[in-house]
Amino acid sequence: MATQHSRSAARLMMAPAVILLLGWMLVPLIMTLYFSFKKYLPLRGGDLGWVGFDNYARFVSSSSFWPSVQATLLIVGGVLLITLVLGVLLALLLDQPMWGQGVVRILFIAPFFIMPTVSALVWKNMFMDPVNGLFAHLWKAFGAQPVEWLSEASLPSIILIISWRWLPFATLILLTAIQSLDSEQLEAAEMDGASPLARFGHIILPHLSRAITVVLLIQTIFLLSVFAEIFVTTQGSFGTRTLTYLIYQRVLESQNVGLGSAGGVFAIILANIVAIFLMRIVGKNLDA
Amino acid sequence: MGQIQLNQVTKSFGNVNVIPPLDLTIEDGEFCVFVGPSGCGKSTLLRLIAGLEDVTSGTISIDDNDATEIPPAKRGLAMVFQSYALYPHMSVKKNIAFPLRMAKMDQAEQERRIEAAAKALNLTDYLDRRPGQLSGGQRQRVAIGRAIVREPSAFLFDEPLSNLDAALRVGMRLEISELHERLKTTMIYVTHDQVEAMTMADKIVVLRAGVIEQVGSPLELYHRPQNTFVAGFIGSPKMNLIEGKEAAKHKAHTIGIRPEHITVSAKRVKGAWPGVVGVSEHLGSDTIFHVHDTGLADVITVRSDGEVSYRHGDRIYLVPRMDVLHKFDANGQRIA
Amino acid sequence: MAREITQKRKIVNTLVAWTIGFLIFFPILWTVLTSFKTEAQAISDPPVFLFFDWTLENYAIVQERSDYARFLWNSVIIAVGSTVLGTIISVPAAWSMAFVPSKKTKDILLWMLSTKMLPAVGVLYPIYLIFIELGLLDTKVGLVAVMTLINLPIIVWMLYTYFREIPGEILEAARMDGATLRDEIIHVLTPMAIPGIASTVLLNIILAWNEAFWTLNLTAAKAAPLTAFIASYSSPEGLFYAKLSAASTMAIAPILILGWFSQKQLVRGLTFGAVK
Repeated sequence: MATQHSRSAARLMMAPAVILLLGWMLVPLIMTLYFSFKKYLPLRGGDLGWVGFDNYARFVSSSSFWPSVQATLLIVGGVLLITLVLGVLLALLLDQPMWGQGVVRILFIAPFFIMPTVSALVWKNMFMDPVNGLFAHLWKAFGAQPVEWLSEASLPSIILIISWRWLPFATLILLTAIQSLDSEQLEAAEMDGASPLARFGHIILPHLSRAITVVLLIQTIFLLSVFAEIFVTTQGSFGTRTLTYLIYQRVLESQNVGLGSAGGVFAIILANIVAIFLMRIVGKNLDA
Repeated sequence: MGQIQLNQVTKSFGNVNVIPPLDLTIEDGEFCVFVGPSGCGKSTLLRLIAGLEDVTSGTISIDDNDATEIPPAKRGLAMVFQSYALYPHMSVKKNIAFPLRMAKMDQAEQERRIEAAAKALNLTDYLDRRPGQLSGGQRQRVAIGRAIVREPSAFLFDEPLSNLDAALRVGMRLEISELHERLKTTMIYVTHDQVEAMTMADKIVVLRAGVIEQVGSPLELYHRPQNTFVAGFIGSPKMNLIEGKEAAKHKAHTIGIRPEHITVSAKRVKGAWPGVVGVSEHLGSDTIFHVHDTGLADVITVRSDGEVSYRHGDRIYLVPRMDVLHKFDANGQRIA
Repeated sequence: MAREITQKRKIVNTLVAWTIGFLIFFPILWTVLTSFKTEAQAISDPPVFLFFDWTLENYAIVQERSDYARFLWNSVIIAVGSTVLGTIISVPAAWSMAFVPSKKTKDILLWMLSTKMLPAVGVLYPIYLIFIELGLLDTKVGLVAVMTLINLPIIVWMLYTYFREIPGEILEAARMDGATLRDEIIHVLTPMAIPGIASTVLLNIILAWNEAFWTLNLTAAKAAPLTAFIASYSSPEGLFYAKLSAASTMAIAPILILGWFSQKQLVRGLTFGAVK
């Protein structure tokens, strides 16, 4: 279908999107790199000259760096674990024959459409508030001492809030994948004497592997830059300061742009490592 | 008018040369069939004529005008695609009207042509339906309708019947032949099915790996295949090709004999080939025997009268008609 | 016998699935319910579930006090504006990639997607500076531009996967029928891809509506959308559960309905066609 004429038309029609994205990527990236080699304090003197790799060294050696990496990994890992395990189980459940499947699907997917600021606020105040939250009422009803969720169990609470938003996503993608499994394959396995558990392990799980990878990688991308949930709840205190949030604080709160930019470069590198894996997999699927 | 001339046309995709320099003339009003196994370049050739692909070198002229650089729409050709390529969001009527609309033809003329086409193709009752509501055969007719309203100088068909079931295919074959008789417009038809080629064509072009193996009328190809490839490709069941000693007797590298030119005898006859009956296919009018252990080839296929009946394992003798023997040299080319 | 077991299992499945569905949905339900309570009932101990005096006053108060309508309007402009703009830029690009693929097409697509993965925080300050320089800070135009760029890769990708399902022969047929490139895209491709385009548009409105990093950091008072409106309720002093709930309900209701409407396409779109 490709004649010379259509090929040059194609190039022309692709140009706006390509040029815009190229600008969007390169301009801020180069500026971030530039700032990361400068001592730059907009409110305290502005541009104070080149400092080489000083900012990088300071960012990595600061006492908040490693805890922030740890918090990031814990949040990403925890949410991934919860959403994938529960997601597979819920997808299997939803695949079973039942009444009102359409309605149940709607109930399941709903959290994904909720604004992160709203979900964080609702969880923080109406569920996790140690005085008036529903959890507090529930704990009291069983005679237990209400928990100060966001300070005593801050990380698990944040993970819960984020998982609530992403579980529906994982479940629905996995459900779609399960539904595309040829039922004759399962029947053949049954005829071959495979138990339900064996059918799950040998047929369903391998069939889901692509969907699981997709969920894993897409969620990782979004989770690495989780912001609103922390901004609204703990503001980074009680051990919930992620790398993203740390950089945010350096840039906007302490107005140390050089230091923050160096952190930004770290975050970009981290995201790119993940991105390379995702690209590989998505790229393979492009051929299929 | 619709004379199409290909002059030293080549086509390469990257480094892969799909069509080496090729010359071909299709006369005005001719029904020309490109036939060959899949991957032989027949569809590419059609798309070059259509203008959907650029030629790498060479020229294509339509009615003596150089059309090589003319975009597809301006070549005055209409095409019927394998998948029919109907516009699913338009009614049958709008589908047929689309090329007229693109040509900004006036409304009354559009109506007249659509009506005529619909009547000719038995689509009058379906004009308001969507393609999705039609059967395969009806969709095929809509695709043809969309082609004929333009009154093109030639029709291009790209394996148009391959998505239909066997019974419908025979019917549509007749309809397209009928259409050609009526319109007398040039038609170029691509297929991998030699039966379609034989039954429909005025002229068959047999292609292999982008190269024209032979051009001729169906009967020319049947009676005088120029090489072993054409010999094996045209005719069903396939011609028996025999090499070795038996061929040497006729001073050839390979001899060919069609299944219908062999008679079967239970008794030994002079010059007959002994063999053992394998599977026999009873078609009613004919019976096809697959004969083994002849020492000539793995299997010799024989078509005989439906009345003749041998069983699996029977010993028989095959009597070839020497007057219709085809002889080929070591390069597979016909000798005399 | 077999049928009886199936029937019993179906009942159990239904019960379990509905229970879990209810639990997952509960925070939303609870928010909506609370929005109809008085402030006293909202924090009553024990909590009241359904039997309270239903009232609409919270909605009235929220609208009156926080000028909800302005935030809503900003959200609509930013989400719809960026999606429409993004789609207009993406349709031709996706057409090119789907129907005139070259060796570079795959690389370009993957590169586009990779821009989506640049962590926003890493480039926050440069964008901030550019915005100040261009006078775009706290303007709807600025946010529409940023949202368009953020979602452009996703729009191109989704359209690309939908376009690829349209057989190229149909576009070739149009070309043979005398359609120009413009005719081809307007009369044939776009109408055929309407379902795909619609779900792309819906998903991107949802994503832009809920985006909370750029909207929080690049707006102040004038152009702030609902994400910022809600975030302003996070300060403890302004906290009233019933009003918070009413505000939340108002912020999520439009998008929740839109989301339910497009859930199937949404899942497929978000996997970039990798899971069908």
